[in-house]
Amino acid sequence: MWDYTDKVRDHFLHPRNVGDLENPDGMAEVGSMACGDALRFTFKLDETGRIRDARFKTFGCASAIASASALTEMVKGLTVEEAEKITNRDIAAYLGGLPDAKMHCSVMGRQALETAIANYRGVPSPAETDALVCECFNVTGREIEQAVSENNLTTVEEVTNFTKSGGGCGTCHEIIQGIIDRVRSENEVTE
Amino acid sequence: MNAVYLDNNATTRIAPEVLDAMMPYLTGYYGNPSSMHSFGGRVAPVVEEARGQVARLIGASPDEIIFTSCGTESDNTAIRSALAVNPDKRHIVTSRVEHPAVRELCLFLARNGYRVTEVPVDSKGRLDMDACRESLTDDTALVTLMWANNETGVIFPVEEAAGIARERGIPVHTDAVQAVGKVPIDVDSSGVDMLSLSGHKLHAPKGIGVLYVRKGTRFAPFLIGGHQESERRAGTENVPYIAGLGKACELALEHLPDMNGRVRRLRDKLEREITARIPHVKINGDTENRLPNTANISFEYVEGESILLMMNEYGICASSGSACTSGSLQPSHVMLAMGVPFTMAHGSIRFSLSIYSEEAEIDFVVDKLVDIITTLRAMSPFWNNDSRPAAGR
Repeated sequence: MWDYTDKVRDHFLHPRNVGDLENPDGMAEVGSMACGDALRFTFKLDETGRIRDARFKTFGCASAIASASALTEMVKGLTVEEAEKITNRDIAAYLGGLPDAKMHCSVMGRQALETAIANYRGVPSPAETDALVCECFNVTGREIEQAVSENNLTTVEEVTNFTKSGGGCGTCHEIIQGIIDRVRSENEVTE
Repeated sequence: MNAVYLDNNATTRIAPEVLDAMMPYLTGYYGNPSSMHSFGGRVAPVVEEARGQVARLIGASPDEIIFTSCGTESDNTAIRSALAVNPDKRHIVTSRVEHPAVRELCLFLARNGYRVTEVPVDSKGRLDMDACRESLTDDTALVTLMWANNETGVIFPVEEAAGIARERGIPVHTDAVQAVGKVPIDVDSSGVDMLSLSGHKLHAPKGIGVLYVRKGTRFAPFLIGGHQESERRAGTENVPYIAGLGKACELALEHLPDMNGRVRRLRDKLEREITARIPHVKINGDTENRLPNTANISFEYVEGESILLMMNEYGICASSGSACTSGSLQPSHVMLAMGVPFTMAHGSIRFSLSIYSEEAEIDFVVDKLVDIITTLRAMSPFWNNDSRPAAGR
């Protein structure tokens, strides 16, 4: 049985802001039923440009539902620029942490937020413009780069836990390792 | 809150009669059956009585019964023995849907110089008998096929497969851990050479198993040491657990009619009510040839772990073939082998009943499931508010 925090259980059993907003200012659909989790996220701004309301619908496990519920609570009252700074780690931290193998649920929340903001600005989502590395789970190189960089990941297994990439056929493991090596060497240079 | 325990393919409660049968050997009668003194010697007949009780349940003779520590040990012993007595043969035939106790060992052997053929199953989980027949070669050391599948309950035609293999002189092992005690088994007429069973699946404790080895089968022990079990399995006999398993087998034989009558009807009611009251569900597996206690049901547009955790709030215990419950990202290998679409496999739930299951529990589970699936679908982006699947995607 998963070791979920009380906060995860609470957001799973009593999810906040379930549903779809009509005429949203930003919307995103990420994941798919085949991948095992998917999230539709919508938000609406008030006249001052702050996020007035956010809603979600999730297909997925308890931590996927809890992550999406947490995200909708976290963004309310923020400007788009402020919301943009929320990382997957912030979502996990809001929930008191997630099991390692479930970190990808927080990454999906972050991805939905990013895609919804791109949709609001009328620009293509960064995730859509990048090439797929993991075809089994539809994960792009940029998403992997971001997860490695923000979470200081060092192994393919960790990358799989955070992004799902590499969790299927395994043919992308070498590419993932390459991304890890590159990001880590870049970070060493900048640090 | 009382648990509604519908996860009996995972493990079962210890029957009160079994615990009673064990207690003397956990307390006062702690002797070693191999000892020369009568304090130890008096427990030796207990082991032999249990051997007889196990043999009767599966139609074996007592000297064909070897006590082990669990089903996995029995499986490992059988497969490694078949390879050890036939060192020139390097090929194993098994199926794609075996329990990890067989499958992972075969994959390990495949990485260590053996050739392994995993016979496919169809969309109902039925073994491809033609593929099984065609896979046999002069190099085949063993055919190992499960009697019944732990996830779907689908029963393989092991006897037919054994007939084909034996014609070619190839030994046959069956992992019957899920089948023993649920359906009648007669090893003598089945044609199998070795059969594994596990105590904790039939109301004995965890930590006791059996390997049946047909008389005359060439055998190489797995544990080397003392002369216990006629030099076929070293290690001091686990007397209390052996006594418990013997009692459990005696009870299982008595309860076979209840299992195949009342319990089967409860399982059928569970499936009937769920399919009647919840749209977009599918029963997985061959409903013609199936264990009487097992139901594997896919709930479309929702995910299995969420269903399990919501049922958990009501004390309902079951399992899922969803990826999320295992920590792996792939749905169960059984669902994948059957070609169940990912979208269905992620929402698959296994309910497994026992002779202790009651009708009121089934009614309770159905009522709660209706609410749970409604709640989760209302949260699902693939489900519309007017109770229909969403278009597209």
